[in-house]
Amino acid sequence: MTTTLLEIEGLTKGYPGVVANDDVSFSIREGEVHALLGENGAGKSTLVKMIYGLVRPDAGQMHLQGSPYRPAEPRAARAAGVAMVFQHFSLFEALSVAENVALGMETAPPQRQLAARIREVSETYGLPLDPFRTVGDLSAGERQRVEIVRCLLQEPRLLIMDEPTSVLTPQEVDILFQTLRKLAAEGVAILYISHKLDEIRALCDHATILRQGRNVGTCVPRETSARGMAEMMVGSAFAAPEGRGRAAGEVALDVSGLSLASPRAFGTPLRNIHFTVRAGEILGIGGVAGNGQDELLAALSGELASPPGAVRLAGVPVGASGPAARRRAGLLAAPEERLGHAAAPDMSLTENALLTGAQREGLLSRGFVRWGAARSFARRVIDAFDVRTPGPDTAARALSGGNLQKFVIGREVLQRPTVLVANQPTWGVDAAAAAAIRQALLDLAAQGAAVVCISQDLDELMQVSDRFCALNEGRLSDIRPASEMSVEEIGLMMGGAHGMEVAHV
Amino acid sequence: MLRLERRPQPSRLWTWLAPLLAVLATMVAGGLLFALLGKNPYEAVATIFWEPLFGEFASYYRPQLLVKGAPLVLIGIGLGLGFRAGIWNIGAEGQYIVGALTGAGVGLAVYPLDAWFVFPLMVIAGALGGWAWAMIPALLKVRFGTNEILVSLMLVYVAEELLAAMALGPMKNPEGMGFPGSRNLQQYPAAHNAEILTGTGMHWGVVAALIAVIFAYVLLGRHILGYHIRLSGQAPRAARFAGVRPARLVLTCLGISGALAGLAGMFEVSGPAGQVSIDFNVGYGFTAIIVAFLGRLHPAGIALAGLLMALTYIGGEIAQSNLGLPAAAIQMFQGMLLFFLLAVDLFTNFRVRLRKTEVA
Amino acid sequence: MDLSSINPVLLLASLIVAATPILVAAIGELVVERAGVLNLGVEGMMITGAICGFAVAVETGSPALGFLAAAAGGAALSGLFAALTQFALANQVASGLALTLFGLGLSSLMGQGYVGVKPPATPRLDIPLLGDIPVLGRVVFGHDLVVYLGLALVVVVWAWLKFTRAGLVLRAVGENHDAAHALGYKVVRLRLLAIGFGGACAGLGGAYISLVRVPQWTEGMTAGAGWIALALVVFASWKPGRVLLGAWLFGGVTVLQLNLQAAGIAIPVEYLSMSPYLITILVLVIMSADRSRAPASLGRIFHASG
Repeated sequence: MTTTLLEIEGLTKGYPGVVANDDVSFSIREGEVHALLGENGAGKSTLVKMIYGLVRPDAGQMHLQGSPYRPAEPRAARAAGVAMVFQHFSLFEALSVAENVALGMETAPPQRQLAARIREVSETYGLPLDPFRTVGDLSAGERQRVEIVRCLLQEPRLLIMDEPTSVLTPQEVDILFQTLRKLAAEGVAILYISHKLDEIRALCDHATILRQGRNVGTCVPRETSARGMAEMMVGSAFAAPEGRGRAAGEVALDVSGLSLASPRAFGTPLRNIHFTVRAGEILGIGGVAGNGQDELLAALSGELASPPGAVRLAGVPVGASGPAARRRAGLLAAPEERLGHAAAPDMSLTENALLTGAQREGLLSRGFVRWGAARSFARRVIDAFDVRTPGPDTAARALSGGNLQKFVIGREVLQRPTVLVANQPTWGVDAAAAAAIRQALLDLAAQGAAVVCISQDLDELMQVSDRFCALNEGRLSDIRPASEMSVEEIGLMMGGAHGMEVAHV
Repeated sequence: MLRLERRPQPSRLWTWLAPLLAVLATMVAGGLLFALLGKNPYEAVATIFWEPLFGEFASYYRPQLLVKGAPLVLIGIGLGLGFRAGIWNIGAEGQYIVGALTGAGVGLAVYPLDAWFVFPLMVIAGALGGWAWAMIPALLKVRFGTNEILVSLMLVYVAEELLAAMALGPMKNPEGMGFPGSRNLQQYPAAHNAEILTGTGMHWGVVAALIAVIFAYVLLGRHILGYHIRLSGQAPRAARFAGVRPARLVLTCLGISGALAGLAGMFEVSGPAGQVSIDFNVGYGFTAIIVAFLGRLHPAGIALAGLLMALTYIGGEIAQSNLGLPAAAIQMFQGMLLFFLLAVDLFTNFRVRLRKTEVA
Repeated sequence: MDLSSINPVLLLASLIVAATPILVAAIGELVVERAGVLNLGVEGMMITGAICGFAVAVETGSPALGFLAAAAGGAALSGLFAALTQFALANQVASGLALTLFGLGLSSLMGQGYVGVKPPATPRLDIPLLGDIPVLGRVVFGHDLVVYLGLALVVVVWAWLKFTRAGLVLRAVGENHDAAHALGYKVVRLRLLAIGFGGACAGLGGAYISLVRVPQWTEGMTAGAGWIALALVVFASWKPGRVLLGAWLFGGVTVLQLNLQAAGIAIPVEYLSMSPYLITILVLVIMSADRSRAPASLGRIFHASG
């Protein structure tokens, strides 16, 4: 197993204003698990899109088993034995598992035969699946299985996995790793993209590290310290957020018996949720995506109304109030989706400052907008949170993910909330911005606000939370002090009992 | 190979350049069309755009610009507000008819009462009629989630039947010797929407259109409701997060556009048209959709676009009598304008770049 | 008033005829919408098909050629919509409205010389034996080819969507165009084909009105049939079988009110003429409770980045 399967030389891809990949070279051998390591925005996704034929390189060449490899489209890549599991799933919610699998194959057999093969493959690799279920009804972990099975049915020689564990519980990650090791033992090469160092140390034989589109080094992860890899990845060390150990005050937010149907077609209903958060405290809510996080945020922000007593702010029932009334009362929120939910993409930062700042910042007088005041509020957010932008007249969509997220969080933090609810505050954000945002949440709590941080990033939750719980299928686990918990326990909480049943091999 | 690339933010230049380019492209394509019909293209285009303004009989046509432009602008302003919010009222023609019926109905009911309040009462009734007709799709959308496009459109056909029923039945002129159509309101001074300054074309509908333009301009630019309208159209989820209640916005936007369309109908029936007749409506409600888009959904733009459309109506009529250009050609001409606008609009949000086809 | 003058057998037979134009147009639009495209220009394409079919049938004397020309005309007009929405990335609602306004103008321009002309008759298939069965023979087997074509279209579209790979890809594109693109499917190409098919169907449906239903040419003669076809797709929850059901329902209402008009019922004609539109609204209200069936990408603009 020492033959080189894929060799990449000098791949370069530029977009206007940015070079996504600059002269990247590395090679993968058969049966090797090769890590592609880098921060968000380091160019990992563009690189694998070139290998999968979705994006054409500007320069450079690839060889697959010694012969030139230049896929014009994903179909050609698949024909050459390259398969890919996407970070944001390329699945069709309204279609069945079997139909989804068929769509990923060049020539699909009739549904019944295909279903039998899906069962066979999924059992061989410990990924049980019912071919006739509608994908929209599956959990995130199960959906990933669909993607993997879809790839495996094509008997690939190279399997690309883009951040596969971001949607899995730790136990599900273990199962995935067993599957991948088994595949590698059969001679399949795996290109594994991640920014999680522990995973790469546990799984991968070699690692290529990207920074700002360039190949900045290679290493053998088992022989390299996590710190060493982190330094290669980030370039320089920066301060980890700090500021734990505050005295908790009065109960600021009290949620009791909150049950709500989801407004979305394949959403998750909230089932009898109870929790309280005290002033000066950060409650971390973990869980795999799609377990009710969006619905919980909407129920707290006021986008979804509930019985008045289900949500109380400092003892006052606000469950039936809308977002504006809750803001006036001091309950603020920052949704996960930046473009289109937390901010309007085509509107300027000034207009976006008005979006949530209208009530508390006095940006209105008799219903008329005080644009001058809105502009200076936007300016204050930009200055206080180091948002890199030409100015408040820039459209939100022109900002990078990290800068827009700093603006979104900063806009709420500067309004001095009594309670701030943030969903995935650092999702898809570069490390420096993520650190700044976490620090802002810690500082806010230190100033006496109650903070609810909903996140799928366990490291983040361990860094910022005082107490921790997890959402699973719309139910909330028991709440425990974060300092007492191990990763395994957190994993069990996130998976819930149900998750474990389907997860055993 | 050409490739599209999204601009980081919409181009301001193209936002205003696009309608001008669309008009130019329409002139060229329209010229070709007229040539196909065997007319001199240059003469035809000049007749449509030049003759009404600066031709021999311009003094007669210029006032017509206001008469025809006023209903277009009035309706277009209302539609523009809704379109901005992503609420698609395309049944303005129906609201226009019903506004005319209720407005004229009040006038005809009190005939021959000669009092100062007859006309204001008709104005209110016209606005209410259009509003009520628009409330049907609005309430159905809010209550049942019914598609407002289809319902408002269906109600146009219902309104047309209603118009026919009224012109032939309850509103028929008892002294009309059996001819269909109501009394002529132009001959009923208390109900007549007469020219305010004789010979200018300036009637109360023009005044109302002007007020509507200013009102919409202030609303969209300065008021939180206008901000919410824009926000809802661009990012509906962000609007809910901001605290906008979608149901209330649907009722507001459809209500305003219905009332404005109703007003337009009322001013028309009591002024230029004079009477309720089977062929009272001439498609202003649909042309106003073009006006709204051509004006970039911006009040000032809509005012200009309304005048431009009025020009094509008048010029089209001249071309019809002078050159024998069919009326339908003008209708097509207007449709083409919207096509070109939508196509050119691409450049507002995208840049076109040449892609290197060579892959190394 | 004499209700006994209404013959139930003829009523049923004419119901099927009345349903055919909206059935054919709606089946075409269903395919377009399942591909994730909302084309509101059905009315414009229908009226264009109506005049194209009428003109060609009159000029050549062949209704068959007329129907072919109608399909071609509808498809050609839909090409404008396709260019706007798929290449210029224009808003689909606005583009569809533009198509309808443009189509109405175009058709009345084309139809100038044809007002008052009588088209060649479209022959009825007189199926021997089957056509002679009392009642059933007249209702089911006494129609022209287009009626059966419409019914066949329903079955073919249903089977194609459900059982073929191309149908699966079409549904996938309508559900999630980004995912379909990521798998390497040609989203734009497929949508172009779907839009063209929808245009051809709408054109065919329009020609059925001008060549069989009425049969003559008058401006704006489709009178909202295209919009009713659009409503029908919503009514049918994007399922072909239910389009058929809906078309018969609307056909039934139309025919019944025409019969009541002819029977001299004591309601003014105008109020009876409103009924198909009012029924459409009513049905829309009843059906809009179930919105979950709409293709998830419906009306969204697709732009492949990168």
